[in-house]
Amino acid sequence: MTDLLRIKNVSKQYVMDGVVFQALNNVSLTIKKGEFVAIMGPSGSGKSTLMHIIGCLDRPTSGNVYIEEHDIFTANDAELAEIRNTHIGFVFQQFNLLRRTSSLDNVMLPLVYAKVAPRERKSRAIDMLKEVGLAEKMSNFPSQLSGGQQQRVAIARALVSRPSIILADEPTGNLDSKSGRDIMDIFESLYRKGSTIVLVTHDEDVAHHAKRIIRITDGKIISDGKSKRI
Amino acid sequence: MNFAEYIKLALNALRTNKVRSLLTMLGIIIGVSSVILLVSIGTGLQNYVTEQFASLGSNTIMVMAGDVDVSQGPRGAMMSASKFELSDASDLESGSDAIKQASPMVQGFGTFSYGGKTVSTEVWGLWENYFDLAKYEPEYGRIITQNDVERTRRVIVLGNKPATDLFGEGVNPVGKKITLNEIQFEIVGVIKSKGGGGAMGSADDFTAIPLTTAMRHFNQDRPFMIFVEANSADEVTQAQQDAERILAKRLKDDEFTVLESTQLLDTITQFLSVITAALGGIAGISLLVGGIGIMNIMLVSVTERTREIGLRKAVGATPKDILMQFLIESVILSLFGGGIGIGLGALGSLAMSQFISTSVTAWSVLLSFGFSAAIGIIFGVAPAIRAARLDPIEALRYE
Repeated sequence: MTDLLRIKNVSKQYVMDGVVFQALNNVSLTIKKGEFVAIMGPSGSGKSTLMHIIGCLDRPTSGNVYIEEHDIFTANDAELAEIRNTHIGFVFQQFNLLRRTSSLDNVMLPLVYAKVAPRERKSRAIDMLKEVGLAEKMSNFPSQLSGGQQQRVAIARALVSRPSIILADEPTGNLDSKSGRDIMDIFESLYRKGSTIVLVTHDEDVAHHAKRIIRITDGKIISDGKSKRI
Repeated sequence: MNFAEYIKLALNALRTNKVRSLLTMLGIIIGVSSVILLVSIGTGLQNYVTEQFASLGSNTIMVMAGDVDVSQGPRGAMMSASKFELSDASDLESGSDAIKQASPMVQGFGTFSYGGKTVSTEVWGLWENYFDLAKYEPEYGRIITQNDVERTRRVIVLGNKPATDLFGEGVNPVGKKITLNEIQFEIVGVIKSKGGGGAMGSADDFTAIPLTTAMRHFNQDRPFMIFVEANSADEVTQAQQDAERILAKRLKDDEFTVLESTQLLDTITQFLSVITAALGGIAGISLLVGGIGIMNIMLVSVTERTREIGLRKAVGATPKDILMQFLIESVILSLFGGGIGIGLGALGSLAMSQFISTSVTAWSVLLSFGFSAAIGIIFGVAPAIRAARLDPIEALRYE
């Protein structure tokens, strides 16, 4: 299988109040097309920083990051925005839907920035909402939806631009266990249809939906291997 | 994202916060409407003065007593005692080929009563030729004649305004007698209105009596000023030079000033345009304050929508997209405010036109509109840049 994402010798340092903080220390990893990967680690381990770098929201201090043929290290802000738009689909813990904006308009948002024609935007967004089972809720505002429904709108938004990687940051963190299981079922079915999914979580149960688990502590990868389902 | 989508996005955002948007616009609305209103009043005044002078005729030259400094406006003329003789007028008429006629004037003030109504107005003592010179024609009766002047007769010609005020509209008062300072005058005519009414006095607000009668009545032995009419507009300069030459034979340099009516008009309009600009400038300051209000609200709005900005960036909005989103929002705010302000200013100007002449000019409308757009851009740039520069990670984390 082809390599979607290659991270080579990546380090990231922050300077906070004059103190240098090493968030990532010489991390290398490769994610292939069609993988379902969980990144695990306690808070402060550097997993959020790794996720930001995978999601092209941040650049490393040193090292190389390639998403398909794009070199993240040398890209400027506008180029990073375009890479995010076409290659990354984000799912957040907080859903991050726009208020007073219908489900349909929320799902269309990435396509607006991708300069897709309005008519195609709409038909693709409708397809995605059907796929996550929310065809009935197209014109509802986020405030009229349950947490689980909101997260499904967010997944539809992440899928609509047909990204290379779906990057989910604690997607079940704000949900009750039933809704959380529904969301994980959606991710599993996406994986079976061939999507590449990267899941960031501290929850073992959630992580074991993935087929590969990368554990990170103090900015270093301490294990990387197949998930053993409990 | 294309331009139409930026506009749609901005309109949506403004619609979500209707009250706030309206209050933000209020600063611009007040600023623009006061610019439009004040400039329309200033321009109206200028037009009024120009009309008044045009009614006198552009061939007219005024000979005033004393050394009148044009740059100080018409005031200087009132300040020096006249050294003119009646013969000066005849000398001017006979001494230059460019001069058609000269007409001396004595000015006084009178209060007239008729049937319980009282009117106070200027009383001009004139030769019969003044009416031709100043293009006044009778509506009823006749004008003052040479005979009236020679015989020092107690006859009076009313301007249209005092006639209407005393006797009512459309009433012919010829033959009636009114008193001026306890002396009876017979009304022999009413002058046709030249129009252009207003609070500043009018070409119709005067009465006229024979010059000789006025000199006796007001106890003046010299004319206050002399009006001179050139044969044509082309000969005004020649007539002016001739008049100076003729008068210099008898009078000292600082005892008279010869002014073209256009020179005087220029002085007055220049003075008024300075006032107009000053009024507009003061109103412009309120526009500036309105702009600061917009900046304030846009900064609040950027902070409030930090998470939204983070999300938009995460799904692919470039810094330019975010910049345009907020910039267009503030420009639309100020343009809407400007549009409403222009409407209100024009309405206010219409209401004011009941009392004084006003004129909404195209340039003041265009200027205010352009100014509002500029304010939207200038005061929108800082908040928009702040939004565009937000770090998406920080923005998404913002509570």
